[in-house]
Amino acid sequence: MAVLLIAEMSGSDLAADATAKALTAAKAMGGDVHILVAGEGCAGAAEAAAKLDGAARVLCADARAFAHSLAEPIADLVVSLAGAYEHIVAPATVQGKNVCPRIAALLDVMVITDISEVKGPDTFVRPIYAGNAFQEVTSADAKKVVTVRTSTFEVAGAQAAAPVEAVAAPADTGLSSWVEDTVAASDRPELTSAKVIVSGGRAIGSKENFAIIEKVADKLGAAIGASRAAVDSGYAPNDWQVGQTGKVVAPDLYIAIGISGAIQHLAGMKDSKVIVAINKDEEAPIFQVADYGLVADLFDAVPELEEKLG
Amino acid sequence: MKVLVPVKRVIDYNVKVRVKADGSGVDLANVKMSMNPFDEIAVEEAIRLREAGHATEIVAVSIGVRQAQETLRTALAMGADRAILIEAAATVETDIEPLAVAKLLAKVVADEAPGLVLMGKQAIDNDMNATGQMLSALLGWAQATYASKLEIEDGAAVVTREVDGGLQTIRVKTPAVVTVDLRLNEPRYASLPNIMKAKKKPLDVKTPADYGVDVSPRLSIRTVTEPPVRQAGVKVGSVDELVEKLRNEAGVI
Ligand SMILES: Cc1cc2nc3c(=O)[nH]c(=O)nc-3n(C[C@H](O)[C@H](O)[C@H](O)COP(=O)(O)OP(=O)(O)OC[C@H]3O[C@@H](n4cnc5c(N)ncnc54)[C@H](O)[C@@H]3O)c2cc1C
Repeated sequence: MAVLLIAEMSGSDLAADATAKALTAAKAMGGDVHILVAGEGCAGAAEAAAKLDGAARVLCADARAFAHSLAEPIADLVVSLAGAYEHIVAPATVQGKNVCPRIAALLDVMVITDISEVKGPDTFVRPIYAGNAFQEVTSADAKKVVTVRTSTFEVAGAQAAAPVEAVAAPADTGLSSWVEDTVAASDRPELTSAKVIVSGGRAIGSKENFAIIEKVADKLGAAIGASRAAVDSGYAPNDWQVGQTGKVVAPDLYIAIGISGAIQHLAGMKDSKVIVAINKDEEAPIFQVADYGLVADLFDAVPELEEKLG
Repeated sequence: MKVLVPVKRVIDYNVKVRVKADGSGVDLANVKMSMNPFDEIAVEEAIRLREAGHATEIVAVSIGVRQAQETLRTALAMGADRAILIEAAATVETDIEPLAVAKLLAKVVADEAPGLVLMGKQAIDNDMNATGQMLSALLGWAQATYASKLEIEDGAAVVTREVDGGLQTIRVKTPAVVTVDLRLNEPRYASLPNIMKAKKKPLDVKTPADYGVDVSPRLSIRTVTEPPVRQAGVKVGSVDELVEKLRNEAGVI
């Protein structure tokens, strides 16, 4: 039987990176992969999804109710299509994590969240305890509803466009309605797809001081991350948080500045290829995972780093 | 409005987790257990709703081992009015799956008729991030996950959610399930007098059979393993050395 992959949406556009990474995992589950694009005015997103390598078909559900990816209408839509699928898959983004457990409960199956490996059609590996352990689980359910940790799967490539067909939306129950989005526009790469991330912690000390992180990030074309402490203190916006309860990232280079390295933070970045830590405390746990550690006051070292990056 | 707050007893977030040598799970013998941090935030929010005149009664529920009574006493000491323990597991190693927990909670909701269920967005042990969404599905209610702000209106709740791109505000019809994120509030500590008072607050003990719910798992855990340990690298002496190494040794800049 086929696999239904729920595309990640950014408004009416396809969030291609997350979708293409989840597609790689979906392909490993066996069967044709159909991508569901649900949004308002999402024909362009459906066309983009059709060109992702491995998509056998794209289902396009274009309706007002899907405009803001609210969980209830999307879950009802997926359940209306679920008969034809053995697997229902989404990236483990906030959208995917929001809707998939709802779908699973409506289908009376257990959800399998945040998988980092596909061992077989019904067997998956997923992190538990903030990534301090990994469990391999086998599902006895007829349908598997799965979210995929995107940082551990490669982006699927491109192909000649697969066919796109329209699917009807079930009646909207109107349980929830969208009020507003507060999204900071930025030219920087997204955290979850960036090759380089520069992250700041509590030690940065203020929102204004984050400018020194930004300058280094600019030099490197990097995304900016933050620890929970930096976000809680209001130095950085919530969507910069890396960790157990923030974003999980695995860039080529992760530079942790003034971050102690609590397990909850490590949970979000310790699969990065190269980790650099700048911290004035040589005992800071972040040094235990860092490839290159610099024991220094960040207010000296970071401006110097920016300058030396040329 | 009555508010229902499910709370889970989990390994304390400061404890270093060790995987058992036989790969059967994580070693939970003699480790410190606490209320799931997100659930503390949910309890706190419920109390604030009562202080603001929106909530009339706060009922804490826990599903798990008998010792989860301690977790419920913590919720009572913080300010919940009464508690229900559903004793569903004989040993701490048995983690009741979110689907089964949601089914039990749906029965409790049917008995208690709360106007709001406030719960943690995820438990820090299995990191599933599923129970709230599942409960809301079973009830046919609206859900608002990742809440960092909650306002109660007549017949609705306005919830600001922490999403990948920033913040999203939605309005959900009540009754609803709201799952809370870290920045919603800072939970209070229970004072000694309140801890004493909590001992006298009502705590009902039930079993899954009382609710006619089958809690047997759908997922079987084949193995639990430790992730590969990352080797600590080298300390560099200067920014110059760092830049040189990143350029020539690691080749990442
Ligand atoms: C349920 C739960 C979930 C959590 N989820 C997350 C999560 O997703 N992400 C996350 O990050 N955290 C998370 N945390 C919080 C985590 O436990 C830590 O509290 C947090 O990561 C600490 O942030 P920090 O490293 O910036 O601050 P601190 O631990 O305070 O570290 C600051 C560091 O800066 C160094 N420093 C100070 N001044 C200077 C200077 N001038 N120059 C150089 N170095 C300096 C210090 O030596 C110290 O190591 C979570 C916690 C809980 C309980």
